[in-house]
Amino acid sequence: MTTYRKPVSNTWWLESKPYFLFVIREFTSLFVAGYCLFLLLFIAKAGDSQEAYATLILSLKSPTSMVFHLISFTFILYHAITWFNLTPKIMVFHLGEERIPNALIAGAVYLSWGVVSLIISWLILGS
Amino acid sequence: MATRRTCLWKRGVKVSETFEMEIFRYYPDKDNEPFIKSYEVPFRDDWVVLDAINYIKDEIDGTLSYRWSCRMGVCGSCGMMVNSVPKLTCSAFLKDYPSRKIRVEPLQGFPVERDLIFDMDDFMNKLTEVKPYLLRKEGEEKPLEEGEYLQSPAELAHYKQYTLCINCMLCYAACPIYALDSNFVGPAAIALAQRYNLDSRDQGRNQRQEVIASHEGIWECTFVGECSVVCPKDVDPAAAIQRAKVSSTLDWFKEKMIPRSKG
Repeated sequence: MTTYRKPVSNTWWLESKPYFLFVIREFTSLFVAGYCLFLLLFIAKAGDSQEAYATLILSLKSPTSMVFHLISFTFILYHAITWFNLTPKIMVFHLGEERIPNALIAGAVYLSWGVVSLIISWLILGS
Repeated sequence: MATRRTCLWKRGVKVSETFEMEIFRYYPDKDNEPFIKSYEVPFRDDWVVLDAINYIKDEIDGTLSYRWSCRMGVCGSCGMMVNSVPKLTCSAFLKDYPSRKIRVEPLQGFPVERDLIFDMDDFMNKLTEVKPYLLRKEGEEKPLEEGEYLQSPAELAHYKQYTLCINCMLCYAACPIYALDSNFVGPAAIALAQRYNLDSRDQGRNQRQEVIASHEGIWECTFVGECSVVCPKDVDPAAAIQRAKVSSTLDWFKEKMIPRSKG
């Protein structure tokens, strides 16, 4: 029997809001990976000498660096929040017959995120 | 049947407003390409999209072909794209479309046979592949005279959500991955496999893993999540797939770290 299959356009992800937000979520992972790479290179370079460290710290204060960090922070924040919100779908726990509410699972993840961020901030800024 | 439906909507109904229905039409023996045909139907507050399609079939154009059966959101036959969103047309009310105009197309991602009817063989084959029934290990099946396998309400709660699937295929139509690659086993089939994998009476997970943990199985899914959004029964197939990914990843770690644990 002859059938018709609707072709999928290359811009399918622009045709609906949920698809668009999904692609943005996936796209932001590039910034997560990119910033990890940046940090590793920064640490490796900063260990070379005291002058190299001072130059790098100065370069972080440049407008280009500020814009790069602001954009990276925004995308990484979006990436983290979207995945944290999806966590209750993956982590399913039951207490007897009752399922532990999604809000509790997501809340625990956000709480852990806050605690870890505070510890890291204290280690960097407080020492 | 047709006469009775006609009577229902003619009986004492004062129709002053109309609703425009744009319907996808395709007749492979006659048309090279599908086309959209517009119909004007009466608007009634209590009509669902399926009522309007039935009206077209009975009163305007008897050649229109589509599937439907129970008209109460149970059989899963009347799934169609309504304004590009997969819906059970028996549950989508006309009054929820204030523009008084909708476009109805066959479910996305499937080959269309005629008008709103699509070929569901691929889905049926995938359901069979995941062995959606209780499996016991060889030699561990109880003789009939020993009675049924008992299960506590808490054990039932682990998989009950996944038993609610009505095979309406809305989740496949919402999945861009399936539209791009029809080899993907897909949301409903994987959710059904997970329903049996989580059943305390079942021992067939290893047999299902060959299909489920393959590249065309859970790893093809990129967690768009729309399959769960459109599901009329809140089965949440996206969650089933992600949970199966976690289990398969743990399997892999166990196999690598404790080689004897396999099986």
